[in-house]
Amino acid sequence: MDFGLSEEQELLQETVRGFVDRECPPSRLRELFDAGSGHDPGLWKGMAEMGLLGLGVPEAWGGAGLEVLDLALVAEVLGRGCVPGPFLGHALACQALVLGGSDAQRERWLPALASGGALGSVALAEDGERWDPEDWTLAPRRGRLHGSKLYGPCADVADLLVIGIRGGGLALVEKGAPGLRREPLNGVDRTRPLARIELAGTPCELLGADPGVAARVRDAGLVVLAADAFGVASRLVQMTVDYARVRQQFGTPLAQFQGVKHQLANMATAIEPTRGLFWYAAHALDHLPAEAPRAAAIAKAHITDRALETARAAVELHGGLGFTWECDVQIWLKRAMFDRAFLGMPERQRERSATLGGW
Amino acid sequence: MDLSYGAEYESFRAQLREFLAGWPLGGEEAALPLAEQERRFRNRGLERGYLCRHVPVEYGGSGQEPDPTKDIIIREEYAASGAPGDRLEQGAGMLVPTLLEWGSEEQKRLFVPPTLRGEIRWCQGYSEPGSGSDLASLQSRAVLQGAEWVLNGQKIWTSNADKADWMFGLFRTEPEAPKHAGISYLLVPMKQPGIVVRPLKQLTGSLEFNEVFFDDARTPADHIVGKRGEGWQVSRSTLKHERGLIGSPRLMRSLFDGLLDLARRTERAGRPALEDPRVRQRLAEIEGYVRSAETTSLRLLSARLKGEEHKVVLPMLMAKLFSTDVAQMVAKAAYELAGAEGLLAPPRAEAYYDESGTGPGWTHNFLATLGPAIAGGASNIQRNIIGERGLGLPRDLRSPR
Repeated sequence: MDFGLSEEQELLQETVRGFVDRECPPSRLRELFDAGSGHDPGLWKGMAEMGLLGLGVPEAWGGAGLEVLDLALVAEVLGRGCVPGPFLGHALACQALVLGGSDAQRERWLPALASGGALGSVALAEDGERWDPEDWTLAPRRGRLHGSKLYGPCADVADLLVIGIRGGGLALVEKGAPGLRREPLNGVDRTRPLARIELAGTPCELLGADPGVAARVRDAGLVVLAADAFGVASRLVQMTVDYARVRQQFGTPLAQFQGVKHQLANMATAIEPTRGLFWYAAHALDHLPAEAPRAAAIAKAHITDRALETARAAVELHGGLGFTWECDVQIWLKRAMFDRAFLGMPERQRERSATLGGW
Repeated sequence: MDLSYGAEYESFRAQLREFLAGWPLGGEEAALPLAEQERRFRNRGLERGYLCRHVPVEYGGSGQEPDPTKDIIIREEYAASGAPGDRLEQGAGMLVPTLLEWGSEEQKRLFVPPTLRGEIRWCQGYSEPGSGSDLASLQSRAVLQGAEWVLNGQKIWTSNADKADWMFGLFRTEPEAPKHAGISYLLVPMKQPGIVVRPLKQLTGSLEFNEVFFDDARTPADHIVGKRGEGWQVSRSTLKHERGLIGSPRLMRSLFDGLLDLARRTERAGRPALEDPRVRQRLAEIEGYVRSAETTSLRLLSARLKGEEHKVVLPMLMAKLFSTDVAQMVAKAAYELAGAEGLLAPPRAEAYYDESGTGPGWTHNFLATLGPAIAGGASNIQRNIIGERGLGLPRDLRSPR
């Protein structure tokens, strides 16, 4: 019985943490946040060199051949550092190709995606909270797509888009395809910008017909978001602890007031026990497929809910400063808001988990 | 990550299940009084090495090699079977490990075996009217006169003092010493003229609490555990044993399953309450907490198995606050499902958590879960511990140690 990380997994997290501290400290993050592009090619190249872009891609296609759990562990560290960029969409596009691509499609895209030669993203949502495969209405006609998709993360810079279609299938659309238009949306989380995707007779290539693939990609997405939110919230606790230790009022550090100390203890106690939730959901995706959809829904609902509560308390404990644009807490707060809403709010995930549990 | 226990442990579990299938006793033994049946079945568990595993054979245990995985399997299987297993009362659960660590040879021989057999019952004399969270301010005195300690003062909220044969308690023996250094840990016989026990009704209506008054009560001079003035450290080690008890990952789950079952059986407008979207949302949210507790137990257990407890200090410090909060959440949701039945006073419920109970049974559970958040270090004390030891926050304004 071992519900813990291996030495390799601990080392992976440590290595990525070192990279984030070095390459994306709060000062650099602030520059990127204010610039608003949300994608820094230099940072992305560094992640490619570390092998993070093909984490879940089999070694035969140039990836690291790791599991969803490893993906989640990296997502936790990236969330902790609020690292801007296309990691989420790229990782899900890779998952889709690994699980549903033909040999030719894999050969064509996976080595490039794993090395950073190509950037992938996903376009799943449609108007009216249509996040899940069974909700999608966009349907190809004679190999072409007409319609629109919403909230593709970093989709405006992607070379390859994996698009959800009617019946729970997936289709590939390449950059530069005729009729493809990508409109940046004014997203709340400036570390992961979103785009609306317009398709006017755009040629597409279908992935394999197995309807389980899209659901599995969605579940992996839920786990990655949960892990990201865990990282975000843990960092917010740490930032607020650090601030409460130095900020003085009434002649003493804030942290010495029991009201503050207890609030910090509550924040930490809301978050730390949820670590096992995303570990378990990721492990289930890798090894306990029957449990995975439900575990992923519960992890995403619970952790992103707790993360937003934590962010709220973090803003509050930073006082007047906490409500300013200049205070870094807002960057993490908005990342938590993204994690919560993307792929559907906690309420939606809870209803899904209830139904999946046979309630 | 590997969630299976492995072939060796699964075969251990299978053997244990086979053994536990022998409860309730059959044949002629089935006609024996229940207490005698339980005594016999416990003895058999002891002989097989399933019970009192950490207690050496010479003190009445089965003296097994430490093995946390087996501990968990044993706890899970005994709980599932309902067979009489290790006693968890204060004597066997708290005093025995403390005596094994601090007690004299004579104390161990005298007290451990009959305590494990359930022949001596204990109560814990810590809290006083003026000393709850600030336990070290306690004022009950013990003065050595010849071969005896003479005790005066009062203890309060003492569970089962009316039924106990002995008390392990904290008494001020060195009035000149600083607060924490003036306390000794004494073992005191309860049935004597100098002790008066008055029952104290709990808010559940049960009569487990008592007040205990000492008026020149006496206990032999050698019934001190540890040295004079060491009582605080001795009692902390008792708490350490208590905290070391990691909850079984399945315990919280079975509590939640009871709630789910209740939501299936309870009707709202002619339909099961579980079909009501609000109920579904609430239960699904609670399940997030329950699964957090479950997976945290798994993490703590794994860390212990690997000897890596230093990696889980923070979740260990949180365990009590978190699990009492979650238990309250589950019990409250059940109480609310019961609707108008929640207006009725609970029947005298013996079971702490009555998973099968509806209505008033769950009302009792709701009331009962308010207790653990206070006992053994109230929630606000836990928050101080999490803040100071877990998050490295400065100590707040309290009297100096």
